[in-house]
Amino acid sequence: MTFTIPIDNGDSVKTAEADSQRTLYPYVTGTSIVAIKYKDGVLMASDMGGSYGSTLRYKNIERMKAIGKHSLLGASGEISDFQEILRYLDELVLNDNMWDDGNSLGPKEVHNYLTRVMYNRRNKFNPLWNTLVLGGVKNGESYLGMVSMIGVSFEDNHVATGFGNHLARPILRDEWRADLSFEDGVKLLEKCMRVLLYRDRSAINKLQIAKITEEGVTVSQPYSLKTFWEFKAFNNPTAGAEGSW
Amino acid sequence: MTKQHANWSPYDNNGGTCVAIAGSDYCVIAADTRMSTGYSILTRDYSKIHKLADKAVLSSSGFQADVKALQKVLKSRHLVYQHQHNKQMSCPAMAQLLSNTLYFKRFFPYYAFNVLGGLDEQGKGCVFTYDAVGSYEKVGYSAQGSGSTLIMPFLDNQLKSPSPLLLPAQDAITPLSEPEAVDLVKTVFASATERDIYTGDKLEIMILKADGIRTEVMELRKD
Repeated sequence: MTFTIPIDNGDSVKTAEADSQRTLYPYVTGTSIVAIKYKDGVLMASDMGGSYGSTLRYKNIERMKAIGKHSLLGASGEISDFQEILRYLDELVLNDNMWDDGNSLGPKEVHNYLTRVMYNRRNKFNPLWNTLVLGGVKNGESYLGMVSMIGVSFEDNHVATGFGNHLARPILRDEWRADLSFEDGVKLLEKCMRVLLYRDRSAINKLQIAKITEEGVTVSQPYSLKTFWEFKAFNNPTAGAEGSW
Repeated sequence: MTKQHANWSPYDNNGGTCVAIAGSDYCVIAADTRMSTGYSILTRDYSKIHKLADKAVLSSSGFQADVKALQKVLKSRHLVYQHQHNKQMSCPAMAQLLSNTLYFKRFFPYYAFNVLGGLDEQGKGCVFTYDAVGSYEKVGYSAQGSGSTLIMPFLDNQLKSPSPLLLPAQDAITPLSEPEAVDLVKTVFASATERDIYTGDKLEIMILKADGIRTEVMELRKD
């Protein structure tokens, strides 16, 4: 759907400078995030790549960060916008702590805050170019939600962004159960990440898995997945189609 | 060099269908629970029905972020109303508020397709149907959303809507009993699910009567 943007700052003439103040396209992007609820809380996986168009520019970007005591935020899309969101959340958590009333922001509250931020930026035609995954545990209740760059949000037992929506969600719909153990949950996430590694051009083989439980948030050290390329069909790919030229 | 234009749209259609039927002393509001984007399903368990007041229930499909924002605005305006008038808003009052709220954003609309159902001041069922910019009408039944074109003709056939040209004006409150109306709703959703790719997963039905609200859930095809 084409949509012309009627920006009105009060002056009737819209200068070219006004355009340079708004997000037009993303520059450095992260690819999919995949997350699931499991027995003790939430598990989230992401790779550590930052792509600059088709160039793999950065290979050590942490796209999952702990928020407060109870939540974990994963982001795909524009990395600089993710860093901006982390600054917003720093201020949010700081103000929450300053009340000093023993209460702390839970994942539901952070998810709601992020939804409002993303929606309001979309209303001003200056979006934060991210799809965010927010997971957490508070008072024994696990929570997992997602927000898109135009403010669409929902919660579910498993979520994924970008290519993960197409490649990982079907696997999760088939194999996810409510009482997954930590080991089974990690195996399931690795299965999804492996498929993404094979099929997503912007994925790299360096990933982190994060775990949130009532005790807190832990993000693993980076590691890589074993891949298999010795399929017989790969050995002589043109065997069935050789022509005379 | 031509000016580079934005390549994102502030709108998206997250799909889904909403239906409401008014009866002599009840109102049935129903919606599926599928949320989609493009050809993907985001979640199979998202409720499109929201209670705004004791006697007014809103069901909206369309762009989910706008729907959520619209609900928040209406909920907060209702709270203010309760503080100022010491009573809940009636369904016709909420209907006018919703219309005004939608028109307020006439030049950057809420992409929301709404059906408001409830009981009027006499306890009779009432249904109000809207377009995205607030034009509304009190009707006996309505369907909005991606499956509305499949459902509305069938409801017209089953509920025999009287001609709006008749004088005196006849309202289209159905003489059907509540169980019959609920059954009709289940039937139309099962049919719409067959042919509309954006409708399915689960059906949520809310039945409003003078003594309270009852909710029923029915499974729909997940393909």
